[in-house]
Amino acid sequence: MRMHWSRAAFAALVVALALVPLFAPEFWVTLGNYIGLYSIVALGLVLLTGVAGQTSFGQAAFVGLGAYTTAYLTTKFGTSPWLALAVGMAITATVALFLGFITLRMKGHYLPLATIAWGMSLFYVFGNLDILGGHTGMSGIPALSIFGYELKSEHRYYYLIWAIALASLWATNNLLDSRPGRAIRALKGRLEMAEAFGVDAARLKSVTFVYAALLACISGWLYAHLQRFVNPTPFGVPMGIEYLFMAVVGGAGSVWGAVLGATVITLLKQVLQDLLPWLFGRSGNFELIVFGVLMVLILQFAREGLWPWIERLMPRRKPRPVAVAEPLPARDHARHAGPLLEMKKARKQFGGLIAVNDLSFEIRSGEILGLIGPNGAGKSTTFSLISGAAALTSGDVTFRGESIGGAPPYEIARRGIGRTFQHVKLIPQMTVLDNVALGAYLRGTTGIVRAALALDGVEEARTRAEAARAIERVGLGDHTFDAAGSLPLGKQRIVEIARALAADPLLLLLDEPAAGLRFLEKQELARLLRSLKVDGMTVLLVEHDMDFVMGLTDRLVVMDFGEKLAEGQPTEIQKNEKVLEAYLGGVI
Amino acid sequence: MDLSIAVLLAQDGITNGAIYALLALALVLVFTVTRVVWIPAGEFVAWGTLTLAGLQMGRAPGTVRVLIGMAVIAGLMETWVCVRRGETRRLPRRLFAWTGVPIIVAALVAWLAPMQLPFPVQVLLTLAAVTTLGPLLYRVAYQPLADASVLVLLIVSVALHFTMLGLGLWFFGAEGSRTPAFSSGSFEIGGVNISVQSLLVVASSLALIGALALFFGRTLFGKALRATAVNRAGARLVGVSPDFAGALTFTLAALLCAFSGVLIGPITTIYYDSGFLIGLKGFVGAIIGGLSSYPIAAAGALLVGLIESFSSFWASAFKEVIVFTLIIPVLLWRSLTTTHHEEDE
Repeated sequence: MRMHWSRAAFAALVVALALVPLFAPEFWVTLGNYIGLYSIVALGLVLLTGVAGQTSFGQAAFVGLGAYTTAYLTTKFGTSPWLALAVGMAITATVALFLGFITLRMKGHYLPLATIAWGMSLFYVFGNLDILGGHTGMSGIPALSIFGYELKSEHRYYYLIWAIALASLWATNNLLDSRPGRAIRALKGRLEMAEAFGVDAARLKSVTFVYAALLACISGWLYAHLQRFVNPTPFGVPMGIEYLFMAVVGGAGSVWGAVLGATVITLLKQVLQDLLPWLFGRSGNFELIVFGVLMVLILQFAREGLWPWIERLMPRRKPRPVAVAEPLPARDHARHAGPLLEMKKARKQFGGLIAVNDLSFEIRSGEILGLIGPNGAGKSTTFSLISGAAALTSGDVTFRGESIGGAPPYEIARRGIGRTFQHVKLIPQMTVLDNVALGAYLRGTTGIVRAALALDGVEEARTRAEAARAIERVGLGDHTFDAAGSLPLGKQRIVEIARALAADPLLLLLDEPAAGLRFLEKQELARLLRSLKVDGMTVLLVEHDMDFVMGLTDRLVVMDFGEKLAEGQPTEIQKNEKVLEAYLGGVI
Repeated sequence: MDLSIAVLLAQDGITNGAIYALLALALVLVFTVTRVVWIPAGEFVAWGTLTLAGLQMGRAPGTVRVLIGMAVIAGLMETWVCVRRGETRRLPRRLFAWTGVPIIVAALVAWLAPMQLPFPVQVLLTLAAVTTLGPLLYRVAYQPLADASVLVLLIVSVALHFTMLGLGLWFFGAEGSRTPAFSSGSFEIGGVNISVQSLLVVASSLALIGALALFFGRTLFGKALRATAVNRAGARLVGVSPDFAGALTFTLAALLCAFSGVLIGPITTIYYDSGFLIGLKGFVGAIIGGLSSYPIAAAGALLVGLIESFSSFWASAFKEVIVFTLIIPVLLWRSLTTTHHEEDE
């Protein structure tokens, strides 16, 4: 079999990296060491900033924690550097968890601001604590040794740095293409959707932040044993900002962007430090000016960084085919005696406005129930009350006889209620397959560690097969590997239904699925919903479009001003005077 | 510590706090209208002091060269936009506003600098030069990215902080400057010595805060800015240009920062890189106000000033650590009282 080009490119890179210390001059080895160290930190920022949409200016402080922990423990107590690494990682994880806890529940800009403050404080702590050597720092850190083999020279150390850098790259890449990875991608602007499929967003954000902090800590530990000396300067906020520059310049959307960014910035800094004083005739911090301007230009003209430009030159990667695999564990679909879902005097008040006023109705197993009403009738609020997006003021909602009123979206998804969104919420760059696979999030168990170490093969194959099945079911098999954002709106709506189906739901909530669709698309959608009903699916359809609802539903609930106006079969509703009045203003 | 030291520290804290409060207001203003977390605010403060110090010595400060450079870039950008949109008729007016006015200000400062005019005139020249820089910075760096996420704008801010830091070192040099006090007098009330300078700082901060309140409450421009802060698209629909609102906001914010620079000059020696720390202290105040409430931000900044002054007495080496760690309980409290988290984009 022919080797895939990306594997070949990767192999070529590894060989080239391995040859540097053998043939290149000393200076290049030093540069190579630094690029490796910086890449490890930038990788964490790719995950945190590029993928999860959070950011940190304090990564240098985490690097410092790793470096100072090992410096202190090895010089004062003669601890093994490997044990010191474990201690450093434990401290880092604790700090990151705490910072994440206090900032990640709020809007996106609090984390970066908190990391600036934390970076500043830690810098002053390093500089002012006498036991850490103050501003002069600590020296005499022992060299690392592996199985008695001392890594004293920069040449030998080079291999260790790059082994760890490539391992981090591999692990991060695995992580991005996995169950938690799909959820992390959804954190950036698709939080509500992620939670509707059972993702605990606040927890996952914290985990991502801890992951990035741990990579920084490892880099710091390596740095301390390379330099065998630490002082506070490389761990201040300016360096933290430089790490972020590396990720953004390289391209924070891809793991390769981290390595590219670390390389470009390190080399550029080298060149600028030589060139600028010569150009301007005196010494100064000219590279700061150039860096700043460069950064603004990159954000104005190439917000995705440099890597996408290189990627465009390369041949497109062929999608990994979906292998045949056992289905994921499924729910018990036995019919529930009594109504599947019941609204019991559900009420929602926004201040003085009563959006939903003591509304009661039920959804019976196997039916398509339509919830209709004129604009502002409270349909969407009712939908939110069922899906857990809004909290009840009073009353209750039960599902299979158990109360789900006030439960978070995560819990409601777990019980077997799948939903779509009125404004399509797909992750546009991700393939249809990956988008749909996110729907099966709660049916898998793979966590960050298993995903990073690529131990999730069996479950991943089953998830992909399940997602492919849901895509076939809705008739989009031809688009399995297309980017979801490239499909027309009608098809994106259907992808949303496939994603909900991948969760193996007992009840499907559809929020205005026909809005904005053309006539033929509506017909196709109606056909799909009918065939789902034949398979035994129960559907709640919140709609605007009377024609669409009339031919499709078994029963209708009509709302107006937050109250139930009428309930019954479509033919009855069509003749109901109160409904006609609400819709047509009593003209007839 | 006895009472007299406590009073002295409190006076110091309130004076510094009043200056941080001006900064905190500028930061809240910029954030609410443009969603920019304006990290380089601190550099504007430092440039305010250093520009005034340059004028004191009868030298044309580096600010002049930056003004001219930015004015030329802004002019080129306006030309490009007008030509591309086929709106060449508007070009002369825009060129006058974006390139002409800043160059006139720069020329005026450069021409008057060697004359060693009276101190109040020098202060006015400083304010004019540094304030003009505000809208130019918005036009050149932020306006092309006005629709980007808060995160992208924040990264731009950090990049600009770097650039201004480098330019500061280049144009103002590494040595620090102090500017003369408005008044060296002091008087005693009930055995407590109060300096006129402190009183002036607090009074002028209060006056500026009052003026801002009037501006936002009573004038059409102020109301337009508030509208933009609440809803950009909506403001555009009723005829408020977001570009104009952004430029106006940055003018006001730069004025506040430049004024802070003039006030802080006699209190501390200011170096080209002093701005960042000062700016961050303003930020701690602004964050206490959730980047949205003016009165709480001002009160928070005052608190920062007091904490800084008292901690410099008890643990001067850890003064900065204490001030920046203050942000942690504040965030913790905000996080626990925020019941829902919002979509980030």
